[in-house]
Amino acid sequence: MNALIQAAGIGFCVAGAVFFLAGTVGLLRFPDTLSRLHALTKADNLGLGLIVIGLALEGGSWPEAGKLIVIWLLALLAGASACYLIGRHVAGQSEGGGD
Amino acid sequence: MTGLVLDLLLAVTLVALAWRVLYAPDLFEAVVVFITLGLLMAVAWARLAAPDIALAEAAIGAGLTGVLLLDTLRALPQQAEKSGAPQRRPPHRARALPAVVAAALLGGVLAAAVLALPQVPIGLAATVSAELPRSGVSHPVTAVLLNFRGYDTWMELGVLLIAAIGVLSLRGSTRLSAAPPGEADAVLSWLVRVLVPLVVLVAGYLLWLGKSAAGGAFQAGVVLGAAGVLLWLAGYRPVTGDRLWKFLLVLGFGSFFTVAVGTMAGGRLLLEFPPEQAGTLIMLIEAAAAVSIGATMAALFIGLHFPPARKLSPLDRRVAP
Repeated sequence: MNALIQAAGIGFCVAGAVFFLAGTVGLLRFPDTLSRLHALTKADNLGLGLIVIGLALEGGSWPEAGKLIVIWLLALLAGASACYLIGRHVAGQSEGGGD
Repeated sequence: MTGLVLDLLLAVTLVALAWRVLYAPDLFEAVVVFITLGLLMAVAWARLAAPDIALAEAAIGAGLTGVLLLDTLRALPQQAEKSGAPQRRPPHRARALPAVVAAALLGGVLAAAVLALPQVPIGLAATVSAELPRSGVSHPVTAVLLNFRGYDTWMELGVLLIAAIGVLSLRGSTRLSAAPPGEADAVLSWLVRVLVPLVVLVAGYLLWLGKSAAGGAFQAGVVLGAAGVLLWLAGYRPVTGDRLWKFLLVLGFGSFFTVAVGTMAGGRLLLEFPPEQAGTLIMLIEAAAAVSIGATMAALFIGLHFPPARKLSPLDRRVAP
């Protein structure tokens, strides 16, 4: 049973790493800023969530899992707001308003 | 084995990032890579089992210094290259070779020094552990920083104060509450309203944690400074009067000074804490220092946004008003 939980933890971490890789490939290959933002925030937030689940399974105790989930929620909050702010700046520039 | 691979990867990445920071022609890219370098340095410190320094590096190197650099970038003259960010002149090829040779020599000397270290470390770790119960805290780093070598920390706070005075003098004003805040935005205001109470909680926790684990005044202070920067960015004007700002800036250095005078007036040596009160004194100094460091960091950032003084100095000639 313990081995199963450990394996599941590692599996979740690997899946999270794959999502981060996908997000980075999107950052490097997408043509403009808005689509890159899209790739980054979606893929990275989901990847972080999967890594948090994996680490929580490996860590074992409930307080640690709780702390990890709070970290994930904060990263989600900051990432989404930063994405919005960058997107607003870019959209403002392309409309000719500039900054 | 995996630890070694991770460490090698980290070391190579750090060198590559440092190279990119120095040689990227686009200054915006250089600043972003600098922030990434700070984050990876924090990971490197964590791998070296130095969580105090890792926390400080992440907060200052990656956080606050990155913010200050990005802000400075905005004030440089814009050159409309592909990203509209300031460019850097590419360095001369001829200058690269001696620099590479010197860096390789330095790397070789450092490697030789590390390899020549004795297997059993001869240092003061044993002495510190022996005196730890009398220091008032249970974390050796905090004991060294605030009790055994408290004089050094006192002078570091003095350096911070001088930095704040320097920035405010260069900008020509100390009226921090009059600096125009950033533009308000609905999402940013909401984010700040949610984050700042959490940030204050984390700062208090870091401060309290310093007694028994990695944490302490400096980390808590930088986190508070970040809260100040966030508030200013979201358009909140500093409500404290200027006199209170100045008091906060001096508070860290001043609290050490007060304790030093107190110990000497009590007939002891400079900063010799009486063992039964050492814990309380350390806690008071740390709390004062944390608030002061937070105010200093926020002042360093907000001070960049004053309108330039009427009489422009040669430094200001290129800055767009």
